[in-house]
Amino acid sequence: MLQGSNLACVRGDRRLFKDINFSLEPGGLMQVRGPNGSGKTSMLRMLCGLSDPALGEITWCGAAIRSLSGDYYAAMTYMGHLSGTKDDLTVVENLCISSALAGLEINETQACKALEHMGLGGRETLPVKVLSQGQRRRVALARLLVCQTKLWILDEPLAALDVSAVKLMQSILEQHLEQGGMVVMTTHQEIDITAASITQLQLA
Amino acid sequence: MFLWIIKRDLLLAMRRRSDVFTTLFFFVIVVSLFPLSVGPEMNMLRTMAPGVVWVAALLASMLSLGRMFSNDYLDGTLEQMLLSPQSLSLLVLGKALAHWLVTGVPLVLMAPILGIQYDLPVDALFVLTISLLLGTPVLSLIGAIGAALTLGLRGGGVLVSLLVLPLYIPVLIFGSGAVEANMAGLGYDAHMSLLGAFLLVSLVFAPWAAAASLRVSME
Repeated sequence: MLQGSNLACVRGDRRLFKDINFSLEPGGLMQVRGPNGSGKTSMLRMLCGLSDPALGEITWCGAAIRSLSGDYYAAMTYMGHLSGTKDDLTVVENLCISSALAGLEINETQACKALEHMGLGGRETLPVKVLSQGQRRRVALARLLVCQTKLWILDEPLAALDVSAVKLMQSILEQHLEQGGMVVMTTHQEIDITAASITQLQLA
Repeated sequence: MFLWIIKRDLLLAMRRRSDVFTTLFFFVIVVSLFPLSVGPEMNMLRTMAPGVVWVAALLASMLSLGRMFSNDYLDGTLEQMLLSPQSLSLLVLGKALAHWLVTGVPLVLMAPILGIQYDLPVDALFVLTISLLLGTPVLSLIGAIGAALTLGLRGGGVLVSLLVLPLYIPVLIFGSGAVEANMAGLGYDAHMSLLGAFLLVSLVFAPWAAAASLRVSME
């Protein structure tokens, strides 16, 4: 479904990587690995169409993601280093608004259920600015529970999470993969996820 | 979707009321400084009123341009908007509209009250308000292009003024020109038609141009 061929990335006059090939099928997990500065985030930003590869092409269902744009974005959820939450809005407002902007309107009951599941029950009406770093992460990740996209592109989703949240995240990912979803993620932590196919993409 | 972005930006403005009041007070103070410094010469005040009010409105609306995208850029919500299945131009239009509702509309409402300081006759006050009502959305829309182009740059605030001010000139000329024409006893229809034309053209082209600039700035 998601395929990359001969991908290369250039930043300034440094070439981060070249000749990267991969293909991801439904139910598959791809872990992008590599030391700091090897281009993992650049890779993920390319995969979600925020930047163009210097060389090569990324295709979704056989068509270049550039030409699909809206259709591709409707099937994909990206979560970057930045939480994508507004400090001045409450937890539940953040979730409702970010889902609506991603093309899926949810009501408050659905939002509260997702937040409860992420361990944020009772904090729905607090502004995000009073939450800790880990709790903000949980607010951002709660969006994965309500979205109905097939492909998740996650940049360090486990950063700042505590042990129980990491376990929760693993079960959420496993469930998504079981239902035929696809996940591309970077992480420095060792995680054990059981999935139909797990591929490692090693960047130099 | 379009309504959601407006709702969101208005909600954020409500939570940070100081930003809204800064713009409004800037406008009120700049307009009030002129009669104080020039002196109570009625005829002179009347002739300079349209120009002063318009320049102050222009600067006040530019004051908050930097915030239009930069806050969303810093916390990652802009990234998410770029990845929205909806058209980015529509989102930008929503943001520009929210910017106008928060900064433009208060200026339009304040203008007739401030005009009294300049001893403007009632019908000139009316023309001034209508010209601002047609002109301030253009300022927000053109400003969106400048804000998108300078996103994430150091010293973006100064750059935005250099980019955007020349584009504001036609709006300034016809906006203040309408009031002057009215006070000189001439019709102001032509000025208003031109302001309306600016508004329509910028409604169509500015969101598209700003969306394209955002994509470039975010790479």
